[in-house]
Amino acid sequence: MTDWRKGTRLVDINGRPVHKDDIQPGGLLTVYPAGLQHTDNGQAIDQTVLIRVQSTKLVTQKGRETWGPTGYVAYSKMCTHLGCPVGLYEQELELLVCPCHQSMFNVRDGAVPQFGPAPRPLPQLPLAIDDQGYLVAQSGYDQAVGPGFWERTSQGNGPGSTQT
Amino acid sequence: MSTTEAAKPRTRREAKAALGPYGRVQQAVDELDDRIGVAKGGRVFLDKIFPDHWSFMLGEIALYSFIVLLATGVFLTLYFVPSQTTVVYHGVYRPLDGVHMSQAYLSTVNLSFSVRSGLLMRQMHHWSADIFIASIVVHMARIFFTGAFRKPRELNWTIGITLLILAILNGFIGYSLPDDLVSGTGLRIAYSILLSIPFVGSYLASFLWGGNFPGHIIIERFYIIHVLIIPLVILGLLGAHLGLLVRQKHTQFPGKGRTEHNVVGTPMFPTFMAKTTGFMLMVGGGIGLLAGLAQINPIWQFGPYTDASKISYAVQPDWYMGFLDGALRIMPSWEWSAWGHTVPWEVLFPAVIFPGLLFNLCFAWPFLERHFTKDNELHNLLDRPRNRPKRTAAGAAVFALVFTLFAASSTDVLANFFHVSLNVTLWFFRISVFVVPVIVGFAAWRICLEMQGVHGIGKRKRALIVSRSEAGEYTAVPSEPRPGDDHHELEAEPVPRTIELEPVAVGGGPRTGTSPDGDDAGVRRVNR
Repeated sequence: MTDWRKGTRLVDINGRPVHKDDIQPGGLLTVYPAGLQHTDNGQAIDQTVLIRVQSTKLVTQKGRETWGPTGYVAYSKMCTHLGCPVGLYEQELELLVCPCHQSMFNVRDGAVPQFGPAPRPLPQLPLAIDDQGYLVAQSGYDQAVGPGFWERTSQGNGPGSTQT
Repeated sequence: MSTTEAAKPRTRREAKAALGPYGRVQQAVDELDDRIGVAKGGRVFLDKIFPDHWSFMLGEIALYSFIVLLATGVFLTLYFVPSQTTVVYHGVYRPLDGVHMSQAYLSTVNLSFSVRSGLLMRQMHHWSADIFIASIVVHMARIFFTGAFRKPRELNWTIGITLLILAILNGFIGYSLPDDLVSGTGLRIAYSILLSIPFVGSYLASFLWGGNFPGHIIIERFYIIHVLIIPLVILGLLGAHLGLLVRQKHTQFPGKGRTEHNVVGTPMFPTFMAKTTGFMLMVGGGIGLLAGLAQINPIWQFGPYTDASKISYAVQPDWYMGFLDGALRIMPSWEWSAWGHTVPWEVLFPAVIFPGLLFNLCFAWPFLERHFTKDNELHNLLDRPRNRPKRTAAGAAVFALVFTLFAASSTDVLANFFHVSLNVTLWFFRISVFVVPVIVGFAAWRICLEMQGVHGIGKRKRALIVSRSEAGEYTAVPSEPRPGDDHHELEAEPVPRTIELEPVAVGGGPRTGTSPDGDDAGVRRVNR
């Protein structure tokens, strides 16, 4: 189960919270739940990739109308193929690329796999901006992050869960 | 003084004469034989006959690189700390100064930079591991294509395949121990592969890792598996592999004086022992050269696995895992999800089912071939691959399949190098993996049949003497045949006649003489 909860601040690897003006459109940052950036769980399953796609609100899919304030979107950084960090970003095509087995995820459309062996979209973290202007999570992930496993249900095992 | 000096050599000479022609060696062996009876076993061992052919050296490369692995591995254990406790580096390698890392990673960096000859030892260990597995594969190919696995040697073939699997497994585990960014990602993938197994995957992964990935014990566990458990099993199986080789005797290619019921070659002592000792030193020297000149696995450039969110372009595993990585890359994303369960075929098939099928096919091949050819005879003479077109084609096709998968593990690098899109590269391999084995298998089969039809194949070509008559007509006449034109490459190298060995009845029958045809001094023929 990931450590993302309602209101958890997004911080970088040095623990610095992310302000809504910190990243320009096209920019990318790996974020963790505040205070957990150096924990095992934080490193292994909480790691999330934050991308600012544009400067206005971004709706990636139906039902996610409020998840992308001022063009910020956040996806689990664990590849749904084998759990590698999806660490490459093709800025022009707005594709996240997994360096291990080259799965590609379309950032604008909810990280739906566009190519390669990954079977599922990267789960999206619903974002909000708190009253001080910092980015926070609206809630945890709505499904298990990372690769598939026998006990995973087709709904993805509910909010915030992960394998085992 | 002068009298004692003069008397001393005479006494020694007398003492030496009293010991017999072999001196103290004979005395020591006699003493040992009186107590534990080494003569009988020693005679079998020293009289073991080795047919001479270059392809018989391949297994020796595996054996000697394993010895290098053991020796360098012992050195590494003196400095490596198998612990995932986080520490801060303040060593001689400045770029990593102040970086958080595990004890395992830190000790590997220190081993490389601060221990005298440590980097050489680490690189020798890594190179010899790669060479060990490569030589096993090539040795296995030799055994396969010449039919050396046939009755009565099916058991030794099975042991050999088991050794290959263990070597690959231990290679991967050893590669994971330094806890660097690349191997850590490899472990992440291994964990996810275990997860993909239906019913038991989650339990298996949690059992091995002691909980969720990454946990704190996997390096310790892998360490003891890598340095103790698997090496012990390999040693035991290696003993059985070589014991069976002595018991069942070598196979040999057909040739002058060679039958199913004898074995022609040079004895263990002195000829083969001298050759193989030299070869052992060459293998060790070759690995030493590689390790001294060619960098391998520079973990200080990759960084530690403490920041698991990092990894970049061109991440390839060691070569022997390449075919699995390639299979994972080209597999389509076919995940099943129904009735509250998920079967990740995109992982399960390429990383679990496919290698399972591949190695089980290897295990089963001798029995499959016996079943389909209805050949239940004992075989001590080897096949020429061209004389077994179907087997050769099947083997070539399987090797082509595995090689295509291996090449597919570098899709990203190939796409970048040839400036083509990843999509094109991927589809190229998705198609190649079916097409290439068929083409290679068919070509191998046709080539075998063509070679069978060539007149005088396998015989040394004779020179043609071309002359021109006064009328301007050219004629070509073959030159006189030379001795040894037939299967010359199959004959054992003669050794000097000065080495005389007493004929002794051993190994299931009386020896028929030291030189069966009177012209190959030092080559012996013994009955099986």
